[in-house]
Amino acid sequence: MISDFPPAAILILGALLVPFFKGNAKNWYVIILPAVAFYLISQLQIGSSWQVHFFGFDLTFLRVDKLSKVFGYIFTLNATAAFVYAFYVKDSTQHVAALFYIGSALGVVFAGDLVSLYFFWEIMAVASTFLILARKTKKAQAAGMRYILVHVFGGLCLLAGMVIYITETGSIAFNAMTDRNLGTYLILIGILVNAAAPPMQAWLADAYPEATVTGGVILSAYTTKTAVYTLVRGFPGWEILIVVGCIMTIYGIIYALLENDMRRILAYSIINQVGFMVTGVGIGTMMSLNGTVAHAFCHIIYKSLLWMSAGSVLYMTGKSKCTDLGGLYKTMPLSLIFGGIGALAISSFPGTSGFTSKSLIIDGAIHEHLVWVWLVLEIASAGVFLHAGIKFPYFVFFAKDKGLRPGETNKPMLIAMGFMAFMCIFLGLYPQPLYDVLPYEVHYQAYTFNHVVAQLQLLMLSALVFFLFLKLLKRTETISIDTDWFYRKGGRLFYYIMDRGLNGVNALSDRAIARAIPAWLGRFSRTPVSSMVTLYMRATGKDRRSIEDFRREANPEATTLLPMGMPVFISIVFLFSLFVIFAFF
Amino acid sequence: MKQKKEFDYFDRPETIKKLWIMLYAICGLLVVADFFTHRHPHFGFDGFIGFYALLGFVSCSVLILFSKLVALVLKAKEDYYDK
Repeated sequence: MISDFPPAAILILGALLVPFFKGNAKNWYVIILPAVAFYLISQLQIGSSWQVHFFGFDLTFLRVDKLSKVFGYIFTLNATAAFVYAFYVKDSTQHVAALFYIGSALGVVFAGDLVSLYFFWEIMAVASTFLILARKTKKAQAAGMRYILVHVFGGLCLLAGMVIYITETGSIAFNAMTDRNLGTYLILIGILVNAAAPPMQAWLADAYPEATVTGGVILSAYTTKTAVYTLVRGFPGWEILIVVGCIMTIYGIIYALLENDMRRILAYSIINQVGFMVTGVGIGTMMSLNGTVAHAFCHIIYKSLLWMSAGSVLYMTGKSKCTDLGGLYKTMPLSLIFGGIGALAISSFPGTSGFTSKSLIIDGAIHEHLVWVWLVLEIASAGVFLHAGIKFPYFVFFAKDKGLRPGETNKPMLIAMGFMAFMCIFLGLYPQPLYDVLPYEVHYQAYTFNHVVAQLQLLMLSALVFFLFLKLLKRTETISIDTDWFYRKGGRLFYYIMDRGLNGVNALSDRAIARAIPAWLGRFSRTPVSSMVTLYMRATGKDRRSIEDFRREANPEATTLLPMGMPVFISIVFLFSLFVIFAFF
Repeated sequence: MKQKKEFDYFDRPETIKKLWIMLYAICGLLVVADFFTHRHPHFGFDGFIGFYALLGFVSCSVLILFSKLVALVLKAKEDYYDK
């Protein structure tokens, strides 16, 4: 049946035809592709699968259940909006890379086994790198290189873990992992690299802000969220993930508060948001897993929206540092309003999608009586409003007017942002359609008087703190050192040490073994007697002058006191005759 | 020739003053609203009036001050990695 076709194939095969379209037709084509994929995913029957026999494995390229379907929906929905946003981009390379990237993310989500999952995982890493390189700046190229190297490392961890796992269990099926051994931990590490979990998180804030305007929008959604999907599928209830997730939420806030570049603020806030999801996976109850999936769904929408809003500012002004921006509400009111809705949604303001999704995770922690986890998540929720909810719109659109008068951005961008803003509010007011597609049944009502008052107290007091501390939050033209220091500066330090260390040994060997010793041996074999006498005289403490006098006067070799040539000749003749005797007789 | 007056509502000092008053009023009202909620604390210590207001205020203050503290170590010039 045609509808049982892997949706990844539509985007990946469809990408190959992109260069044949010209002008606006190209843009319409790339908008329609994910929309078609969305429709086909909605037609997929739960439980159907599509297998291929390959090198002795039964590869499952399509496994349809509620979990894979909900990620399929949001991936294709977001892709459609992102391509509307990217209507001005006529560069085929970017569109092909984006389609490969999104297609392989769908491939991961619908993969029923580890081998095909790994296959799509790696395509994703490579395709996404092109979205960074497409910016064509020197910084973007360097960041892209670091990005792919980190992902190669993560991919290798994943591969090593899978090899161990498959050898041990004899099965390539990808389901919830129960054994905790080297294999599963390596798989977990490989996935956590993509989820941007510390200490391998710096790649995200390093690379995404260097991507193109539209590249940033697309990148923000897929790599981390496929990792979240993989965690939900493979590692529900692994307690270590609670710790990792809680660290991520706080880490993201601290760095976002320090950051000056608006897209880097949003990049750090991805880490903060994924932290909530990872915590939900670690808690591992039906409610918290539902929460993780719902939050991933809503997060993709509002985070894309925030990147779109920041992207339109970058597109119109060419600037992305808070210190260069400000006062844009006068000329870009629509970008402000749409971005503001995204900012409210990420802060889970009542009435937006964040409120109806994140509450599931927090309630999951409450139900398990995890008091510290709950407290960290509430603190982090307050902090989200600080760094993403207020800081981003305030410094970009208000704050000090820097005299920029760019005017509003183009229509397709506004349409895409308007649609995403509508989704944020729609799912905030009427979350039932989302709850219906979650993996487990939902019995949850976000809108109780208590909950709304509590959430509003938390957020409005955070807002108060922001403006009271505004002087402390004033932007400076600085960057913050992150764990990428170890491979950026540390790498150089390593190079320096190796250069000085190993090349030092090299130079020393060159001087000692290659030059000094042979030279000395050469001298010694030419004048063995006087050399030995010299050594003896030196050892007995004669001064340099008398040694030289002796050598000049005696010159034992020159007087053929010791005929060296003759014995050598005799030995050679002797050795040769031995050789002849052994060889021929 | 007189230029068209730009929309600068949010730059005016009187607007900013109004917004401050609004912000304080909303915060106050929310704490008052807490008197009308049914208290059912999850962990015992979170039952008092204005708990979430206090949590928001304290945690955000601590987060900002903590970030200023780590900034002493972590902040670097923009060309730090280029050198």
